[in-house]
Amino acid sequence: MSTIEERVKKIIVEQLGVKEEEVKPEASFENDLGADSLDIVELVMALEEEFETEIPDEEAEKIRTVEAAIEYVKSHSND
Amino acid sequence: MTDLMNLDGQVALVTGASRGIGKAIAQQLAARGVKVVGTATTESGAKAISDYLGADGEGVALNVTDEASVAAVLKHIDDTYGQLDILVNNAGITRDNLLMRMKDDEWDSVMDTNLKSVYRLSKGVMRGMMKRRQGRIINISSVVGTTGNPGQTNYCAAKAGLAGFTKALAKEIAARGITVNCVAPGFIDTDMTKALTDDQKQAIFANIPAARLGQPDEIAAAVVFLASPGAAYITGETIHVNGGMAMV
Repeated sequence: MSTIEERVKKIIVEQLGVKEEEVKPEASFENDLGADSLDIVELVMALEEEFETEIPDEEAEKIRTVEAAIEYVKSHSND
Repeated sequence: MTDLMNLDGQVALVTGASRGIGKAIAQQLAARGVKVVGTATTESGAKAISDYLGADGEGVALNVTDEASVAAVLKHIDDTYGQLDILVNNAGITRDNLLMRMKDDEWDSVMDTNLKSVYRLSKGVMRGMMKRRQGRIINISSVVGTTGNPGQTNYCAAKAGLAGFTKALAKEIAARGITVNCVAPGFIDTDMTKALTDDQKQAIFANIPAARLGQPDEIAAAVVFLASPGAAYITGETIHVNGGMAMV
């Protein structure tokens, strides 16, 4: 079973079409990984499905970095 | 050779499908192998849609101004068909009055039914279409949204609003393989125009180079085209179908 960190990174790689080594904790989706606002919406959708959770809009807006995504899932996932 | 008009196996939602233009759209899509869910405001209207669609789809009751009703219909489509490829926002009403006499509820009901419903339904289908990287949203506007018409400030504003909505959303999601367009009917032979007197009709015909009313199928044909794979590169556009009455 992969860790939450690995699963989140895998989704980021798939959704944003970036290389795994680029997905560093501090990497910003927008500034470092080339995502636009719609890419980020889709990324959040993918996270919601992978972890069977619903991320409210006001929380989703705070997920701007790899670390923030991992932290959000860790603190809200039932896994 | 790829058939650029092939829609076989796709699933469509057509609002306001019990009669007129919506019915023609539902029937023309069904004739091309599309599973059609047509909506009406009443259960009896929904049953009439189920009757004419037969095995090609079904009618469901939908109040486009009610968020819960919209959510229920979209969930039903997801549960039953597992996909939605084509959304045709056709449901619309008129509450004509001169502006000086117009009541707030006449303004609000036209805005809710003709414009806000499109926001609501489009938002509702977005997730599925984004995931599948495929989708067609086709909004039925009106020539009067472009030309204006006395007694219809509410209706014209809502229909012009659709054009702006269409362009903005088209830009948002073009890169995801989803197109958003309008079809703008002129004077079409439906219950909405049957209410006109002969004198009114003659006056209108004087401004229509084709010198006749359009048929619902002639609107449906434009919708079918926009829904087809061949129209994948057309987005944010309005196709006017009006016998030459307004060339824009």
